[in-house]
Amino acid sequence: MQGNLAIAEGALAGGIGFFASYPITPANEIATFLSRALPKRDGVFIQMEDEIASLSAVIGASVGGIKAATATSGPGFSLMQESIGYAAAVEIPCVIIDVQRAGPSTGMPGGPAQGDVMQARWGTHGDHPIIVLCPSSVRESYELTIHAFNLSELYRTPVILLTDEVIARMSETVEMPLPQVKVIDRLHPEVPPEWYFPYDNAEGDVPPLISFGHGYRYHITGLFHDKSGFPTSRPDEIDAWQERLFLKIDGNVQQIARIEEEEMADAEMVIVAYGSTARSARHAMRQARAANKAVGLLRLVTLWPFHDAAIERIALFAKRIVVPEMNRGQILREVERASQGKTEVVGVNRADGQMVTPAQIMAALEA
Amino acid sequence: MEYTIPEHEYLRQQKKFPSVWCAGCGIGTVLGAIIRAVRALNLSKDKVAMISGIGCTGRMPVYVDFNTMHTTHGRALAFATGLKLARPDMEVIVVMGDGDAVAIGGNHFIHAARRNIELTAIVVNNRIYGMTGGQLSPTTPIGDRATTAPYGQIEQTFDIAKIAEAAGAAFVARSTTYHAIELDRLIASGIQKKGFSVIDVLTQCPVGYGQLNQAGDAVEMLKWFRDNTTSARGKAPSGKIVRGVLVDRDLPGYVESYRKVITASKRGART
Repeated sequence: MQGNLAIAEGALAGGIGFFASYPITPANEIATFLSRALPKRDGVFIQMEDEIASLSAVIGASVGGIKAATATSGPGFSLMQESIGYAAAVEIPCVIIDVQRAGPSTGMPGGPAQGDVMQARWGTHGDHPIIVLCPSSVRESYELTIHAFNLSELYRTPVILLTDEVIARMSETVEMPLPQVKVIDRLHPEVPPEWYFPYDNAEGDVPPLISFGHGYRYHITGLFHDKSGFPTSRPDEIDAWQERLFLKIDGNVQQIARIEEEEMADAEMVIVAYGSTARSARHAMRQARAANKAVGLLRLVTLWPFHDAAIERIALFAKRIVVPEMNRGQILREVERASQGKTEVVGVNRADGQMVTPAQIMAALEA
Repeated sequence: MEYTIPEHEYLRQQKKFPSVWCAGCGIGTVLGAIIRAVRALNLSKDKVAMISGIGCTGRMPVYVDFNTMHTTHGRALAFATGLKLARPDMEVIVVMGDGDAVAIGGNHFIHAARRNIELTAIVVNNRIYGMTGGQLSPTTPIGDRATTAPYGQIEQTFDIAKIAEAAGAAFVARSTTYHAIELDRLIASGIQKKGFSVIDVLTQCPVGYGQLNQAGDAVEMLKWFRDNTTSARGKAPSGKIVRGVLVDRDLPGYVESYRKVITASKRGART
């Protein structure tokens, strides 16, 4: 099965009922598949006029109570940034799949990259929380897509599945049938309409969400808003809302941020990697182990929120952390920050549309 | 006996009035017409959604007791497209200013019309950017002044109705805030029409547009609408802006057509 198809299958398993997108390489297979599969399930597929419209329609569908997603690549992902901020601010669940390709600009449409890591985190204007997941295999593309829908519903937030051209377009053997993963739906209010406040901080980190058309006639706006959803400029209301907005993600890093460790027990050097680069990293680690070098691998499955604690821990025992990435050092700086100078951190970087090779990682381990 | 205004039951009691709009602004007149149209059609407030973009008109939904969403600049129709497809049972009314609808949102406007999706788009066309301080818009007449066209506007002017017609909207109408009763009726017809409906409403902006162009106060501007427009029913004297239903045609709507896609997918055949 191809990675993009695994994403599409994961979307179906995750409960998608609406998909809107605009053609772009290397994400097209997702739309092609869903344009066939969704109508069969009474779902909606629509090809919009651009990526801005795609994500806008996705948010509109989610307000209508249907799980919704879009898929794109770098240039389209850039166009979606304003709407990502809107979804974060109005706390409407949605899933954005970004199949990273080499950039900036048109770059190399068929060349893999991991250049959107910081764009996924900070691409929209203003401070906002975000969840970003990063698969390293076809099977994981399926599982993390379901997980992306679940997290978006659980935390009322946009979730970005940040894959790359290699994972999305390669084919791997996947055991069939695909596993059943628990599907989570947004929490609905239990109170009558007159008592419902869609942004009530007293309701915990994630207030219940009711879709339009059910008698709860409330307001949604990208302006700073009070608990009713009406615009406000009162600092006390804005501060309380922003605090909760961040707390629901930053306060749950341990629940949200997934990592995977291999050969860590006796590791003297650790490779921190994600996405397709983690595959090169695993290869390099095995080569190093074969040469009796104590190398471990920490794979970031969740990129944002960043798992500071995992890096802090390995910084205490690792003599060196090597961070290979298909960019000029985006997660590298996060690892440097989280390791607080307690160990040496070395990047292995390339952004020329080619994968980081195991040999390059080996060289950084041996240097 | 206490005097009650029927529109009041559609306004949000907890919202503070007066509104954000300037004295003499025409947006309230358009809002009143929308409410009267919804009331005349006896639509449940629960089943009506009002979606807006950014600008003075973007602030309209907050006052009205429907399911309301104030979205990003220019994208209201795209958000509404998603909502309508998710909830075909709802009447989705999209309110936009001229800049919102046909400048930043021009692409979404023509494609919503091309799809003929079952939305009602009301363009509050005051021919200027009001909220940001009187910049020229695609509907600012040639020669008129704007804060960003201090020597006169030199670009051709968009005819919103013609664009909507050419792009495929099933229903296109035009009116003004002077002709409020006519506007009620046109909006009601637009809501009832299956397919994409556009109602272009010439609206006075005495502060942004009026002052820059010596158009007078709100009353003077309304009189201008009275004297310079003519009903589509009569023979149009040259030089006057035509009001009324401009296009009313039966074309398949997107939601309706999508049902055929669903049926075909289950048969495994083409539509």
